[in-house]
Amino acid sequence: MKTLVTNIEEQARQVGRDLRFMEVCGTHTMAAFRSGLRQLLPDSVRLISGPGCPVCVTDPSYLDAAIELCRRPGVIVATFGDLVRVPGTDSSLERERASGASVRIVYSASDALVLARECPSKHVVFLGVGFETTAPTVAWAIWRAARDGLRNFSVLCAHKTMPRAMDMLARDPAMRIDGFICPGHVSVITGTQIYRFICERYWIPCVVSGFEAWDILKSVGMLLRQIAEGRAEVENEYSRSVSEYGNRAALELMNEVFEPCDDVWRGIGTIPGSGLGIREKYERFNAAKVLEVKFTEAHVNPLCRCGSVLRGISTPLDCRLFGHPCSPAHPIGPCMVSSEGACAAYYKYERVVA
Amino acid sequence: MCLAVPARIVELHDCTATISVDGILRDVDVSLIEEPRLGDYVLVHAGFAIHRWDQSEVEELQAIRAATDLRETIT
Repeated sequence: MKTLVTNIEEQARQVGRDLRFMEVCGTHTMAAFRSGLRQLLPDSVRLISGPGCPVCVTDPSYLDAAIELCRRPGVIVATFGDLVRVPGTDSSLERERASGASVRIVYSASDALVLARECPSKHVVFLGVGFETTAPTVAWAIWRAARDGLRNFSVLCAHKTMPRAMDMLARDPAMRIDGFICPGHVSVITGTQIYRFICERYWIPCVVSGFEAWDILKSVGMLLRQIAEGRAEVENEYSRSVSEYGNRAALELMNEVFEPCDDVWRGIGTIPGSGLGIREKYERFNAAKVLEVKFTEAHVNPLCRCGSVLRGISTPLDCRLFGHPCSPAHPIGPCMVSSEGACAAYYKYERVVA
Repeated sequence: MCLAVPARIVELHDCTATISVDGILRDVDVSLIEEPRLGDYVLVHAGFAIHRWDQSEVEELQAIRAATDLRETIT
């Protein structure tokens, strides 16, 4: 560990300029804060958090649609726990549940299928949110529901994929990204090859990293070394779990059920080709279609800076709402709600108590 | 949200398996990995095994965990 830190210091001195490395995975954000490794890095090396938390980048209009669904009689909304506290325009799933709406927290998409089988007189809508790590599990649920001829199950789909979002960040000169720490568990599914275009097109080095503090430090060292040697390649620090081409079965299933579509990222806007939509073949499991969901423009607190926090332009400390009134107990923006959000991480680990 | 934990398969059923994470048992789906076997270490995300680890990969993680002690570095 000590050697890793010494190497980083040495290489940073050799490079001799300020560097910004972006991690695009909420789990990396939390691991970096929890372990305190940010304090071990030299001042010239900054870790910035990108849009790597699926809950945080989910557009509030999606939450409003989910809230509207859970109020309908005969509908049960099944969701991962992360989403229930995120505020929409005037409510949250948690608040709706407290006032009697049917919102169930499930551990996996297959639990939502079990729920649909157990409640044949209800329609179970699963909230499909997450990146490439999660999308195959939801694809599996849809595929299985089709195979078993299930009639009372559908997915409100807002799955997103990483490459187009990273492309947008890499292209933005205001971002000044010197290296990407690429998401480890997304890469378990996709393989390392999806990042190659970033090196080729923008000459930005990429390292796929594991989640132990040691992994992240080592990845920072690998990025520094690439910069010192004038290289921009995709390197794999997390080779114990990640291969070049990923999990074939998972990718095939995803491709069977989903197709790329344009998608709205909170605070960023529409990114072409960055979402996953349900293919026509599986249309009867598309909640937006079968339940005729209408997406309307959501209203959020205009002071909330989550949008620029997600692009790494502001830190949570730049936000006037941070700490008071926005805190994990009373979150206003999604980056404070999600345990992997940058604001929650700052609140927990970097807040200076006056 | 992309949290995934290493776990060991202690029982195999059809396309599901019982896994043990530090002694806590849970059923997960194993249809996304090829030929799951009893005793395999797998990476579990949202109720699904998404990757199977070789013995050498398990050993690598154990070595990293043993080597990782930030407190030691700071003091």
